[in-house]
Order: sequence, then structure tokens, then C-alpha cells
Amino acid sequence: MLRSALPSIVRPTIAAQRTATSLSTGYPQVTQRPTTKYGGVYTVTLIPGDGIGAEITDSVKEIFEHVNAPIEWEQYNVSGMSSAGEGLFREAMDSLKRNRVGLKGILFTPISQSGHISWNVAMRQQLDIYASVVICKSLPGFPTRHNDVDFAIIRENTEGEYSGLEHQSYPGVVESLKVSTRTKAERIARFAFDFALKNNRKKVTCVHKANIMKLGDGLFLNTFRRVAEEYKASGIAFNDMIVDNASMQLVAKPQQFDVMVMPNLYGAIVSNIGAALVGGPGIVPGCNIGTDYALFEPGCRHVAQDLMGTNRANPAAMILSATMLLRHLGLDPIANNIASATFDVINSGKVRTADMGGSATTSEFTSAIIQKLN
Amino acid sequence: MLASKSFAGLAAGAVKTSLRSYASAAPTAAFAGQKAANGKYTVTLVPGDGIGPEISEAVKNIYTAAGVPIQWEEVSVNPVLKGGRTVIPDAAIHSIKKNTVALKGPLATPIGKGHVSLNLTLRRTFNLFANVRPCVSIKGFKTPYDDVDTVLIRENTEGEYSGIEHEVVDGVVQSIKLITWDASERVARYAFHYAQTSGRKRVTAVHKANIMKMSDGMFLSACREVSKEFPDVKYDEDLLDRVCLQITQNPRPYSDRVMVMPNLYGDILSDMCAGLIGGLGLTPSGNIGRDASIFEAVHGSAPDIAGQGKANPTALLLSSMMMLRHMNLVDFATKIEKATLSTIAEGKFITGDLGGRASTSEYANAIIQKLGQ
Repeated sequence: MLRSALPSIVRPTIAAQRTATSLSTGYPQVTQRPTTKYGGVYTVTLIPGDGIGAEITDSVKEIFEHVNAPIEWEQYNVSGMSSAGEGLFREAMDSLKRNRVGLKGILFTPISQSGHISWNVAMRQQLDIYASVVICKSLPGFPTRHNDVDFAIIRENTEGEYSGLEHQSYPGVVESLKVSTRTKAERIARFAFDFALKNNRKKVTCVHKANIMKLGDGLFLNTFRRVAEEYKASGIAFNDMIVDNASMQLVAKPQQFDVMVMPNLYGAIVSNIGAALVGGPGIVPGCNIGTDYALFEPGCRHVAQDLMGTNRANPAAMILSATMLLRHLGLDPIANNIASATFDVINSGKVRTADMGGSATTSEFTSAIIQKLN
Repeated sequence: MLASKSFAGLAAGAVKTSLRSYASAAPTAAFAGQKAANGKYTVTLVPGDGIGPEISEAVKNIYTAAGVPIQWEEVSVNPVLKGGRTVIPDAAIHSIKKNTVALKGPLATPIGKGHVSLNLTLRRTFNLFANVRPCVSIKGFKTPYDDVDTVLIRENTEGEYSGIEHEVVDGVVQSIKLITWDASERVARYAFHYAQTSGRKRVTAVHKANIMKMSDGMFLSACREVSKEFPDVKYDEDLLDRVCLQITQNPRPYSDRVMVMPNLYGDILSDMCAGLIGGLGLTPSGNIGRDASIFEAVHGSAPDIAGQGKANPTALLLSSMMMLRHMNLVDFATKIEKATLSTIAEGKFITGDLGGRASTSEYANAIIQKLGQ
């Protein structure tokens, strides 16, 4: 179903060589219904989020304005800092359901038990945007401890440890349910193989803990293997790795990975390790894709409360996520223009934010990108 | 007693006093072994499979040369049939129970169904509640990270590894992550105790309580309660996501603290930290229990090079250093550790996995040579 739903316009890009500027071309586009579009202008829901969200989405807005992107924002300043924002959160959800495409920062989730549940997770579950895609790729001109890293993390986004089902069966004894289903394991496995096909990637690695969670992760692994058989003819190799070993391999030999697919919680761990390998949460874009909706957000989901309001945050992750959004809408030329300008600025090394070892502010970095735009 | 446990989470504050009384009775798992008539402690040695006997031999030789007051009691934990089930031999269990300390080489995992995991059995038999995993960069073995000095303590008995799972209907599985106050409190207490005795100033609880509010929330509540009894050790909490990110980016800030966390996070993060310094061949591990403590090499038994005298005994040797410190034989630990690390740093007598050519015994002899210096 996934494959048949792909718009034919995406197909020609499949064969194209992957370069830094086409980081996200050709992820499976599975939206079946048309997006909201009036007079050639798309309406897109914008949720800046907490922490640095407002600053880095301002960068995106500024850049979009400069290139005259046919996007009209429907902005909701939802904040997870208190439960009082729930009304606005619901409005934002309605907007997302109307527009089917959104760009968001990360909403704060309180740790206390009396606080509200994670709205980030609620969004993913309610919209059933089941596949999280995060691409970790070494950036030209920005060496880190590891070279030639280039892998994609495909993470199941809607079940597993994030089920939210917990109870205290006896004082001092808490059970937390991890729910694993064959249906969801199958569709994420298919998504991963489709992604590999469309992006000319060679291998899919399933990350799991089936040696301990024999039923739950066993179901995930067995389903993955069954799906893998169907893709054998396409020449995509597959293997599996236990999550602790995968984490060890990631920090020691990350070059061995190509596409990784995994249940929800391991995705949180692996995407943070992956982001750290290539330079941090400020540069790694991501998106969440379902059959009807697509929501774009930085790949490493950090609120960064400590940087809030300092004009020091790195907007690159958000800008690159926004270029993924443009490609999703079929606006590839604009996306390429913005992406190459961003990579050029990083590559030249003169204007960088503090997380990349520079001293530029968020707005200086943004202006530098604008100057490089065609 | 039962009434005193009616806290958990929200109600924790209300029953603080009864909690204290429970807490003070909790096991601290401190070593209480006695010397034998010859002035030596008896320690159980499980050489293990594959390369296990060779690397155990190297450790024994180094200990003899260093004059460590330890006599070994060698046992095998290879499963035997008893009443139709495969179990660990009684002799091994009695030995470990009596000596309360054991050193264990790698075990081969039996393939096929019906085998209980030996590690799991040992864990259950001796209530090994805390797994301690220090990772320190080894000078002379270059990795992308040269400033690693982390200590991670993992709850070892419950959490995601409770083994409680069922298929509700076809294609829908529930796996239960079990968190109890008692186990959380016990591992937190050990983490603070470890921080105090190892000179680290801070304990960081690693969690995902924004998502798992009740289970990880209770783990945090237990840590907070215990932290009040250790005013000289700072306490803070950090999200699993942030810790993964920050250690991988720059592990240096983690050198001042002890991390404590539930089972699964600990499993993943401890191996990740091992990856930073070059893999499981260089990382020690200790399992602290109520009835005994077992120190072990966590790498595999490497059957492909078994018996060839090529194996690297460093992980088992470093684990035994943790054991010596656990037994308050700190001077011996420091002496052997220094000799070991300088042998690796010199690079003249190192084993193949570290890029050298020395045999296991040449490496051990090089360490012995350095002991006197």
C-alpha cells in the first residue's frame, strides 16, 4: 500500500546520487489526501514549541519569506510548560488535521506524575504518524570524532514503551506496559525497506532486544525478517543487532550502518547517539510520517531550555527539517536552494553557532544563509 | 512493614519516617568476609569457557607475584541435570555463598531451548541487584575518545527484564516493565555508597520519567529519598536522551559522577560507554549482591582463539581490581592496576586485539615485571 501511494513525481529522484544537499529526497511520501492549498499556496501548521523553538522557527520563517516559498503558516504557540496550554494544543491538532502538514519544535513534558502526558507523543499517536525518520550524516567542512557517518534511523513512533499504560498493582510495585503489535511492526519494517529502496541504500539493520524480550521484541524481529524476505529480490541486505551491541558499535564503528529500524524507545537512544556522532542536535533534521499526515521536527527532540531566549541556538536542524517539508510538498527547487545555502554556510566555517564551535548568533547564522540563497 | 510501603510516588512524603526505618535496615552489600587461618581470603574462581581458563591463569599468576592475600577456590558452573532440569552445580553455589566473593570468566551461551541463562540464574541465586560498570580510557589504545571516565550502576533484577510477557491476542504482545520501590531504593543506596567510597561527588539518576511517569517516576522518588541520607554527595536527574547525546559528544563532564538507572537503560548505556574506550575486552564489571558479589569479564568466550595463548586478560584483570577494592584491598588493586595500565601504554607486550603481538603469558609477565617498580 505504501508503495502504490507514492506520487510518481518522486520516482525520478530515486536514482539520483545522494549528496549533502539532497539529504532527504525520496523518503516515502505516503500522504493520500491532498494538502491544503489555495491559489498555489500551501497552508502549513506551525508549532514553534518550547525552549529554543520560537527562535529557530523564526529563522525558518525569515528564510521562507526571502525565497518567497508558497507557504502560509498557521501558527500555534502551544507550550507544554503548564497544563493550561491544553486548549491551544487541541486547536493546533485540529489545524494539523486540516492541513495535514506541519512544522514543529519540541514541547516540554513535565516529569512529575501530576503533570500532563507528553503532547509530542500524543500528536504522534493521534495522527498515527508512525515512522520517524532521522538522518545522521557527517557534514562537509565540519569534522567530528567520526568520519563518513551516513545512516538513517527509522523509528516506530506510536507504540512500544510509549504506550502510556502504567499502574501500581501494589504499593511500591509499578507495572509499565510495552505494547508490541505485528501490524505496526510490519508497516515500520516495510517503511524501512521502501526508504532504503528509494534512497539507494544497501542494507537495513533491525535493532532489538529479542534475547530478553522474547515475545515483544521477538515479534518485531520476526516480522522484520518476514518482510525482509519480500525485498530480497531488490538486493537490499538485512541483518539484526541487539540494542546494547548496536549502541557500542555506533560509537566505535558507525560507518557500518546504513538504514536502521527499531521500536520506539531504542529509537530515542539511537537517534541521540547518532546525532552526537555527526555534531549534535542542532544540525540533525527529522520528520514523522503516516498515511495521512506528515509532521516535521528536529531529529533530536530536545527542548533546550537552557539556551532559550539567548539567540545562540543552532537553527540548522529546524531549517533542514523545513526543507524536508518543502520536498514533501513537491517544492524541491526551493528546498534544494535552502539546503545548499545552509550546507555552504556550515562548510565555509566562518559563521557558526556555539554548538559548532563558532560565536555567531542564531540571527547571524540565518542572515548568512539568506546571503547565500540564489 | 507492609503498611510502611504504602508510599510510592505521590504519597512518599507522608510516610518518610517509616521509610527511614526500612532504609536503615537495607543491605549495603559491604564485604564482610574473614581471613582464613593462613591470613588469606578465600575467593571463588569460575574460570569459564573458551579463553576463560587462559585469562584466569594470567590473573592468578599476577596475584601470586603481587602477594595478594587471596586463595582461589576453583569451581565450574557448567549446568548439570538435576531432577530433569539443568541447574548450576551445588558445589559452585555453596562455594560462592560461603566466600561471598567470586571472580568469573566468560561463559559460553548454550544454544538451544530449555537452557536457563547462567548469568540470570547467578543473578537470582545471589540477589545480584547492582551491576557496576566503570569505563576509563586506556592510554596506549587509541579510540575517537581519549577522556572517558564514567561509572554506571544498573539495577539488575527487574525493569524491562522482568520476563513477564504475554500475547493478548494474535499479533499483540504486552511486555511488562516492573519497577519496585525496594529494588530502586536498594540500587540507589549502593550508587551513593559507591560515590562516597570512590570519591565521586555526584549521583545522576538517568530516567525517562517524562514518558513513563509512574515507573521511572518511582525510581526517581526512591533515588531522591536516599539522596537525603547522603548530604555530602550531590544528586541530580537527567533524561536518558540527553545523557546518550552528551556522553557521545563529550564524555568528560561525566567523570565526576556516578550514574544510576533502571535495567534496560543501564544495559544499553554501559555497553555504549564500553564502545567509547574500545569495547568489552577492556571494561570490567561487578555484580553486587545481598548474599554475594560476582566480578566478571563481560566479553564473550571467544572459542575461535581458545587454547592458543592469544587472549587478552585485561577485562578479567580489571574486574578483579574492582573485587579487591570491594574487599578493601585497595593498595593491591592500585599496584596491579598501575602495572597493567603502564604495560598497555608502553605497547611492547600487548595482545593481538590491541594491535600487539604478545601472548597472554608474555603480557602477564610484563605486568609482573612492573609490579616491583
